[in-house]
Amino acid sequence: MEQEQYKTLEQQVTPPTPYLKNAIKAFIVGGIICTIGHAITYFYIIFFDFTEKTVGNPTVSTMIFLSMLLTGFGLYKKLGQFAGAGSAVPVTGFGNAVISAAIEHRTEGVVLGIGGNIFKLAGSVILFGVASAFFVALIKLILVSIGVAQW
Amino acid sequence: MVIVFQTKPSILANGAVAGPLEKKSVFYSYFDSIVEDERWNQKTNEQGHSKMILEACEIVMKKADIKNTDVDYFLSGDLVNQMTPTNFAARDLAIPFIGLFSACATSISSIIVASLLTELGASQLSVAGASSQHNAIERQFRYPNYYGGQKPATAQWTVTAAGYALVGKHNPEYPSVVAATIGKVVDYGDTNPFHMGGAMAPAAFETITTHLKQRNQKFHDYDLIMTGDLGKIGLQILKTMFVQSGIKQDELQLLRDAGAEFYGEDQAFLAGASGAGCSAAVYYSYIIQQLKTGRFKRVLLCATGSLLSPLSFQQGESIPCTAHAIELTME
Repeated sequence: MEQEQYKTLEQQVTPPTPYLKNAIKAFIVGGIICTIGHAITYFYIIFFDFTEKTVGNPTVSTMIFLSMLLTGFGLYKKLGQFAGAGSAVPVTGFGNAVISAAIEHRTEGVVLGIGGNIFKLAGSVILFGVASAFFVALIKLILVSIGVAQW
Repeated sequence: MVIVFQTKPSILANGAVAGPLEKKSVFYSYFDSIVEDERWNQKTNEQGHSKMILEACEIVMKKADIKNTDVDYFLSGDLVNQMTPTNFAARDLAIPFIGLFSACATSISSIIVASLLTELGASQLSVAGASSQHNAIERQFRYPNYYGGQKPATAQWTVTAAGYALVGKHNPEYPSVVAATIGKVVDYGDTNPFHMGGAMAPAAFETITTHLKQRNQKFHDYDLIMTGDLGKIGLQILKTMFVQSGIKQDELQLLRDAGAEFYGEDQAFLAGASGAGCSAAVYYSYIIQQLKTGRFKRVLLCATGSLLSPLSFQQGESIPCTAHAIELTME
């Protein structure tokens, strides 16, 4: 059998990826996670001395803490299998990527194991996040300098 | 190439152990031992993996009422880098040892080597088999175990299990290895590590076809032809390939897959089970017992293995696969 023939056969037998179903599940679960995040934001603003500008950090910390607990108990993995991008894209997914790597490499020691591998999955998010933030800021700086936009 | 064993080495004892999740397996009742702790009460997954191998080998030796000093060779492999779990188990077993790597097909390649050594007269008794431990394998080939990534329907679940067999001189009371086929490495350009069944099916097709052709046999000469860990979708692909080559529907019923059946219809395991321990644990428990009871008279066991590494698929290489087969008979 030729390679092309086999590819056709393989595609016929393999069930197609349910993109629409996955997208809907991701939308709903991602939306719920973000709603919880927003509730926490209001909680900090109402009960503590935070403003809309300063509330970001404690909210993110709380969400990551919750993600940590769920990861440690093996529940985030189950959520991820159901929700896909819905649980991977919010900050809780970033937390899960960091914490799961840390748990995984605990057996190789604190420095070389956890230290060396904690950003194994999340490292690329940090790199490309920082790099794209830099370029977006640069574009805005140019636009402000030539008087097209304002800070 | 097909090897015909003139002396028909026999499988004199067999043993299979599995982890806690494998209680869900349909083959559960055939396993010799189930451990409640995935790590076998060790500190690391890899140590637990090693301990599991030791336990399986000890069961085999106990059943045959022999000690490690009575065994001439230990032939085995696993899927961890440099096969440290098996190497470390071999250190404790203190039996002359050769590590073998055919990925998940090691369950069969080890028996082939053991049978060859027996045929040669170099070995009176050899312990051969393979194993896999879910957490140790997943972390190496995929993501950390607690990472919440979504796996597609074609993905398979690496089992925690080990299966070993004691290969010795021909004994009519036990199942015998009458022939074997060492498979070629087949590559149809598949690159998706979450669809191993699709990558491995052509290798199984190639090996089974070669074996039947050179042995001048048909599907109906067997009571069962069982592949290793193609999974539900991979098995379906293989069946479609056989249909296209002119095999009839009633003959296809003889074709089964250990990985596709391992966890029954449980959807949580997606396309089914995989891992060197999957085929080894099913072959060296269920299959041997069925042969001994006389339910099967002649079976063809064809374990498949995908010869990739995390590095190779990240570098964009396709997944080469192999399949090795043994023909077992019971007189």
